Amino acid sequence: MALTTPASVGSRAAERSVADQLKKGGTDWAGTGFRLVLLSALGLSMLILATLIFNVVSMGLPVFTSRFGGFMSGTLRTRPEEAGLHQGLVGSFWICAFVVALAFPLGIAAAVYLEEYAVDNRFNRFVNVNIRNLAGVPSVVYGILGFTIFTKALRSLTSTGRANGLTVMSAGLTLAVLVLPIVIITASEAVRAVPNSLREAGYGVGATRWEVTRTQVLPYAAPGIITGLILSLARALGEAAPLILVGAVSGRLATDPSFLDLSQLRDKFTALPIVVTTWTTNPNPGFDQLAAAAIVVMLAIVIVANTIAILLRNRYEKKRS
Amino acid sequence: MPADTNTTESDTVDDSLEVTPDTQLPNATAPEVVFDVADLSVYYGAFRAVRDVNVEINKYEITAFIGPSGCGKTTVLRCFNRMNDLIESARVEGKVTYHGVDLYDRAVNPVEVRRRIGMVFQKPNPFPKSIYENVAYGPKIAGMKGNMDDIVERALRAAGLWDEVKSRLKASGMGLSGGQQQRLCIARAIATDPEVLLMDEPCSALDPIATARIEDLMQEIKSKYTIVIVTHNMQQAARVSDRTAFFTTEVNPESDTRTGLLVECDTTDMIFSNPGDERTENYITGRFG
Repeated sequence: MALTTPASVGSRAAERSVADQLKKGGTDWAGTGFRLVLLSALGLSMLILATLIFNVVSMGLPVFTSRFGGFMSGTLRTRPEEAGLHQGLVGSFWICAFVVALAFPLGIAAAVYLEEYAVDNRFNRFVNVNIRNLAGVPSVVYGILGFTIFTKALRSLTSTGRANGLTVMSAGLTLAVLVLPIVIITASEAVRAVPNSLREAGYGVGATRWEVTRTQVLPYAAPGIITGLILSLARALGEAAPLILVGAVSGRLATDPSFLDLSQLRDKFTALPIVVTTWTTNPNPGFDQLAAAAIVVMLAIVIVANTIAILLRNRYEKKRS
Repeated sequence: MPADTNTTESDTVDDSLEVTPDTQLPNATAPEVVFDVADLSVYYGAFRAVRDVNVEINKYEITAFIGPSGCGKTTVLRCFNRMNDLIESARVEGKVTYHGVDLYDRAVNPVEVRRRIGMVFQKPNPFPKSIYENVAYGPKIAGMKGNMDDIVERALRAAGLWDEVKSRLKASGMGLSGGQQQRLCIARAIATDPEVLLMDEPCSALDPIATARIEDLMQEIKSKYTIVIVTHNMQQAARVSDRTAFFTTEVNPESDTRTGLLVECDTTDMIFSNPGDERTENYITGRFG
C-alpha cells in the first residue's frame, strides 16, 4: 500500500492538471458578443424587409380582394376606383423582351470572347476594366444616352410620327444597354470559374476551342450565367430613372394595346415602376393602395423569375456532378 | 542469345547481354523513333523553365521522366501534344519532331496533333457527363466511323474498366472512385485511337492499389501505344518503364530562378544500376530531391 500510494497520487495530480488546463478560460465573452452582433445585424435586415413587405401587402390587399380583374386590366385613370396597371404590365413586358433578346445573347457572347478567346494584353484589360466601370454608371446617365441615341438620333427607326421617339422600343433598347455590362460581368465570372482541368480534358482529346467552349465550358458555367441573367432582368424591371428620360408616360396614356400587339413598339408607353411613382405622388389618397398593389405585382414577378432561375440552376448543377 | 529476356528486372542475364540497349526488342531491330527532341527550351514569358532537352522516344516503349519538382518534366511532356499552346506566355525553342514532322511547324494543326497523341492528367478530370459520354466525346468530335457503342466498349475494356461500369454506363463519371476516374480518363484518351499516350503523374492522386492497377494497365497496353509518363515516384519509373530520362534543376545566379534541364536518358536498367552522371546517381540514391 505504502509503495503504491505515491505513484497513484502522482498520476492523479497529473490528471487534475490536464483537466485544469483543458477547462481553463471559461466562457468566451468576446466570441459570444460577436455572434450576437452578427445575429442582430441579420435580424435587423430581416425585420426591415418583413416590415416593408407586410406594409405593402396589407395596404395593397384590398385592391386585390375587391377588384383584382379590373386592377390588372384597367388603364391609367384619374379616378382610383377605375385605374389599373395593364399598360404598365405590357410596357414592362416589352422592355424585358428587348433585354432578353438583345442584352442576353450579346452579353454572354462578349463574356465568352473575353474569357476564352481574348489574349491577355493591355487593350483587353482596358476593355475589361471599363465594362466594370460601365456597370457602375448611374442609371440616369443611361437614360440620357438612350434619349440622345434612340429617342432623337434613331427616331425614324424607333418611333412613329406622333410618339416623338418616346417609345417602348427606345426604352427597351436603353435598358438593354444598361444591363449589358452587368450581364457581361456575371457571365465572365461564371465562365472564369470553370476549372481549367475541364478545358484541358477537352483539348486533350482533340477538341477545338469552339468545341470545348460549347460542350464543356458553357454547360458548366450555365448555372452562374443564368443567375446573372435573372438578376439583370430584375434590374431592368425595376429601373424608373432612365424610363423618365425616354418619355414613359406618367399621366394619361390613350393607347392600351394587348401584350402581343407589335404596333405598340414604336408608340407611346408606360412601365410598372413609372406607374408606381405616378400613383405614389398622386395627392388623391385612394392611389396609395393602388401603388402598394402595383408593388406587390412587381414583387411577385421578381419572385417568379427568381424561382425559375433557381430551378434552372439546380437542373444544370445536377448535370455537373 | 538470350533474346527473350527483355524484362527490366533480370539482373543476372543483363551482364551477359552484349547488344546495345536500343536493340533489346525481341526481333532485335532498332525501334522506330516516335519523337525526336532536339535542343528544346521552353519559356514562360522571359523565364526559361527548361533548357537544352535532347531525347528520343521509341515506339511501343514506356519512357519515364523523373526528377525533382520544378525540373520541367511536365513542361516537356506538354510540348509533345502542344498543350503548352494553351498557356499564353509559353514559348518553345528548338525542335520537337513526330515521325519526322516538326510539331511546331506553322502548318501543323494542334487539334490533329492531340487526336494522335492522347493525354492523361495528374488529377483525374472526367467530364461532368455520363461514363459513356466521357469515352464517346473524343470519337464523336473526331467524326470517327463505326458503331459508337463498340468504340466505347473497346476503350473501356482496354482501360480495364468495362466490367466495373458496364451496368451503369449512363451514370456520371464523377461518381466513380479516384482510381476508376483515372482509368476512365485513360479510356477517354485511347478512344480516339491515338498512337501515343502522355501521362502526367497519373497516379499521384491515387492510393497504392489503384496505382498498381494503372501500372498493370500500362504494361497491358504498351504493345499498342507508345507511352511517356512523368512521375515523382522513382520506384514507379523503375517498375514500369523501359527507358528513363532524368531531369534536374539549376539555379540561375542572376535572377534566383530555377531552370530545368535533362541530365541523361538511357534504359531504365542503366539509369538505376549504373547512371552515367553523378547527379543522377545522387538523386537515385536519395541524396537529394
